[in-house]
Amino acid sequence: MSGSTLLKETGPREVFCGLTSIVWLHRRMPDAFFLVVGSRTCAHLIQSAAGVMIFAEPRFGTAILEERDLAGLADAHEELDRVVKNLLKRRPEIRTLFLVGSCPSEVIKIDLARAAERLTSQFKGQVTILNYSGSGIETTFTQGEDGALKALVPLMPSSRESQLLLVGTLANPVEDRLKTIFNRLGIQKISSFPPRQSTELPSIGPGTKVLLAQPYLTDTARVLKDRGAEILQAPFPLGVEGSKLWIEAAANGFKIKKDLVESTLEPLITRAQKALKPYIEQLSGKKLFLLPESQLEIPLARFLSNECGMELIEVGIPYLNRQMMEPELELLPENTKIIEGQHVEKQLDRVRESNPDLVVCGMGLANPLEAEGISTKWSIEMVFSPIHGIDQASDLAELFARPLHRNNLLSPKTLETA
Amino acid sequence: MELTLWTYEGPPHIGAMRIATSMKGLHYVLHAPQGDTYADLLFTMIERRGSRPPVTYTTFQAKDLGGDTAELVKGHISEAVERFKPEALLVGESCTAELIQDQPGSLAKGMGLNLPIISLELPAYSKKENWGAAETFYQLVRGLLKDIAEDFSKQSKISWKEAGRRPRVNLLGPSLLGFRCRDDVLEIQKILGENGIDINVIAPLGAAPSDLIRLPKADANVCLYPEIAESTCIWLERNFNIPFTTTVPIGVKATQDFLEELCSLLDIEISSLINKPEKSKLPWYSKSVDSNYLTGKRVFIFGDGTHVIAAARIANEELGFEVVGMGTYSREMARKVRAAAKELGLEALITNDYLEVEEAMKDSAPELVLGTQMERHSAKRLGIPCAVISTPMHVQDVPARYSPQMGWEGANVIFDDWVHPLMMGLEEHLIGMFRHDFEFKDGHQSHLGHLGGHTNESEKISKGMNQTSTEKTLLWTPEGELELSKIPFFVRGKVRRNTEKYAIQVGCKQIDGETLLDAKAYFSK
Repeated sequence: MSGSTLLKETGPREVFCGLTSIVWLHRRMPDAFFLVVGSRTCAHLIQSAAGVMIFAEPRFGTAILEERDLAGLADAHEELDRVVKNLLKRRPEIRTLFLVGSCPSEVIKIDLARAAERLTSQFKGQVTILNYSGSGIETTFTQGEDGALKALVPLMPSSRESQLLLVGTLANPVEDRLKTIFNRLGIQKISSFPPRQSTELPSIGPGTKVLLAQPYLTDTARVLKDRGAEILQAPFPLGVEGSKLWIEAAANGFKIKKDLVESTLEPLITRAQKALKPYIEQLSGKKLFLLPESQLEIPLARFLSNECGMELIEVGIPYLNRQMMEPELELLPENTKIIEGQHVEKQLDRVRESNPDLVVCGMGLANPLEAEGISTKWSIEMVFSPIHGIDQASDLAELFARPLHRNNLLSPKTLETA
Repeated sequence: MELTLWTYEGPPHIGAMRIATSMKGLHYVLHAPQGDTYADLLFTMIERRGSRPPVTYTTFQAKDLGGDTAELVKGHISEAVERFKPEALLVGESCTAELIQDQPGSLAKGMGLNLPIISLELPAYSKKENWGAAETFYQLVRGLLKDIAEDFSKQSKISWKEAGRRPRVNLLGPSLLGFRCRDDVLEIQKILGENGIDINVIAPLGAAPSDLIRLPKADANVCLYPEIAESTCIWLERNFNIPFTTTVPIGVKATQDFLEELCSLLDIEISSLINKPEKSKLPWYSKSVDSNYLTGKRVFIFGDGTHVIAAARIANEELGFEVVGMGTYSREMARKVRAAAKELGLEALITNDYLEVEEAMKDSAPELVLGTQMERHSAKRLGIPCAVISTPMHVQDVPARYSPQMGWEGANVIFDDWVHPLMMGLEEHLIGMFRHDFEFKDGHQSHLGHLGGHTNESEKISKGMNQTSTEKTLLWTPEGELELSKIPFFVRGKVRRNTEKYAIQVGCKQIDGETLLDAKAYFSK
C-alpha cells in the first residue's frame, strides 16, 4: 500500500442513502419494479433526486407507512400484500419486484425477507419478489446497487463454464464497447450483471472470473465468491491507466498472450491520450477537493491526479473497503489525504481554507459553494454518465474541465490573463 | 399503507425546513438519518439558493441505535448553537427519528442553552409538507410571543389614528418553495404603499426571530397564503386582537376585494382613484376582440387550495372560461375548495394521486389545464395546453424575471401565462391544417412538440379511452374518420365522444360524416 494518509471523521454527514440507486437501477432493468417500503420522505427523496415527473408511471414507487401500519406489524404485512397485489395487477409486465427496505421499515423491523418469500410463492411463475435494504441508517447512495445485486445472486443459475462476468451497472454503449474489446482479446463468453432484463440472469460458478466495474459492490463480490467465482483484483476502469489495468487483469485471468493485449490496447491508448491532451492542459496543476458521496472518489482522484495532473487536497469517501481499494490506493500519489466518513461542517471549513479550483460534491452543496466562488462538479453525474473504459477517458476529463472552462468564460479573470 | 408513485407534498419536516430556510437567524436541528439530507437540494437546486439551508441533521446510523442516540442529539445541538449562533432554535425529528422517540425537543430544553428553543412535533405518518410549514410557523410565533401576550396592550381598529401614524400590517405566509412568493411580496408591498399602508413585518420570508417579536405592533395581518399562515393569523387575532384578511389577492377582482377588506379592517377609506381595475391590463385584454376566442374555453384546475380557488374565479369571472373540473391535493384546504367548486356546479376532486387527477382531466375533456408541474406532464401526454399555477415547485417555477401572481401585475402575468399556451395550441392546429401545403416544412413545431395538431398521441389516447365502451357496438366508417380528422385536434376527442354518445342514443351502429354532423347539431342546441 502506498503512503496515503487515512483518517476517519465522524459528525453530520451530507450523503444520499441507498434508495437513490433505484434511479439508475430501474432504467437498467426495465422489467423490474422497485417498491420502497417506507415513508413519504423516501418517496420525496427519490422523486427529488431523479426528477421523475416525466414518466407516466415510473418503475418505482413507495408503499408509504401510515400510523396504523406502525401500530401492528401483522397488519403491516397484510397491507403490504394488498399493495403488492394491486401493483402487480396494474403492471402485469413486471417480472421482478424488489421490496426495498428503508430507515423506518428497518427501525420497526418489518421482515421484508419473509414478505418476499411469502409473496413469491403467491405469484409463483409470474413474478419473482426479492428484498434488500436501501436504508440510510445502513447504506449510502451507491450501496443500494450492492444490495439489489446481492439479492439477485441466489437466482443466478450455476454453471462451470468459463466466462468473464462484468459486475456493476454500466451505460449500455460503454458495456457494448468493453465487450467488443474483450472479444478482440479472445475472451469468448462475456456476461454482465445486472443484466438488461431482470429475468436474463447470467450463470455463475467456478469457471466465472469477475471483474468489478464499480467500486461499491462489496457484498455482491462476497456472495459471487461464495458461488465459486474468482474476483479479479484490479483498479477500476476509469481513465486510461485504470481501464488498461482492469482489462489486463481479465487478460491475465484468461491467460491471454501479452502481445495480443498490447497490440489491442496500444492504439486505443494512443488515441485516448491524444484526446485527453486539451483537458490535461486545463486541469493540470489545479487543486481538487472531493467530498464523500458516490464511493467513486478514490478512482476519480487517481485518474485526475495521475493522468490529468490535478493536485489532490483531500479525498473524502463514505466508507473504505481496504481490500477492494488496494489496487487503487497503490496508484495514488504519496501522502494523499483520504478521509473516511464526514463532518460536513468541518470539511467545508477545510474546503474554504484550501481554496480549491474544483470541488466534487453532492447536489445540495454545489450552489452554495458556487456562490462562494468555488467551482463544483456533481458527483451524481458520475453514476449517470458513460465514463468507463479507455475510450471514455477524455469524456471523463471533460466533465471536470467544463466547470473550469465555464468559469473562465464568465469570469472577468479571463480578461486579465488573456 | 398507501402506494405512491409520486407525491405532491413532501413530509412535514420539509415544511419546517421551508420556514427555517426562509428566515434569518434561525437554525433547525433535525434528528434524521443521512439520506434525509437530500432536502438541501430542494433549496439549493430548485430555488437556486446560494446558501445551505440552516439545518443540522444528526445523521444517526444503525450502529448508533444500540447506544445513546440522545447524547448524539445533544452533541449536534450544542455544536450547531456554537457554530451558527442562532437567535432561536427549532428542534425536531423526521419520520425515522419519530420512531425511536428520543424527544430531541425536550433534550434541547434541558441543556440550559440561553436562547429560545421551539420543539416541533410533526407527525410524519399522518401529516404532510404544508401542514408542517404552517405548524412550524405557528409554533415559532407562539413560542416567541406567548410570554408577552399577557401584558401586551391590545390593538384596536383605530390605534394607528390615535397614535398619529400610518396604519401598518404584517404580510404572513410567503416562504421558500412557495409559488412565486418572492415576487408576490414585492407586488403587495407596492400596492399597500400606494394606499398609505406600511409594512410592519414580512414573515417567514426574510424575517429573523427578532422580527417576529414585533408582529403584535401591526394593526392588521395580511394572510397571503392560508396554507402556511392561517393558524398563525388566528392565534394572533385571539391573543393580540389583530384582525386578518381572508381574501387572497390573486386576480383583478380578488385584488379589489382584498383592498376593500383590508381597508375596512383598518377603518380607512379605500381610494377608488388609486385602485382602478385598469391598474391591470387583464380586464382590457380580456375584453379586446382578440380574446373572443377565449369564450367558454373548458378549463380543468388542480393544485394547492389557494391558487386553485383563485384560478377558478379568474377563469370564470375575468376570462369567460368554463371551469369543467377542479380539485386540490391539500386536505387542509379541501373544505374551501369544495365550496368554491360547488358554486360552479362542480364536485371538487380531493386526492394525492396524480393518476386519478389525470383520469379526471381526461373525463372532463378540457381545452386548457391549469395545474402543477405534474398536470403539465399529464396534459402534454393528452395533447392539451397547460399553464402551471401551483406548487410543488420545479426549477422553472422560479423564473429570473419578476412574475408575481398577486396584485395588478400578477393578473397581467396570469393573462399571459394562461392565454399563450392556448394560442400555441391554435398555432399547432394551423400547422396541422397547412402541413400538406407545399410550403410546409416538417420540423415547424411549437412547444407541444410532437403532440401537435395531426394524427397523434392525443388521438390515440382518446381512441384508447373509448375502446372498452364503444368498440364492440360502434363502427366509424373511413369517411367518418376522415371527417373527424378535419376537426381541430384540441376538441377532436370531445367530438368523437359526443358523436358516439349521440350514435348510441339514436341507435346508430355505423358512424359516418353525416352522423358526426347530426351529433354536432344535436349537442350545439
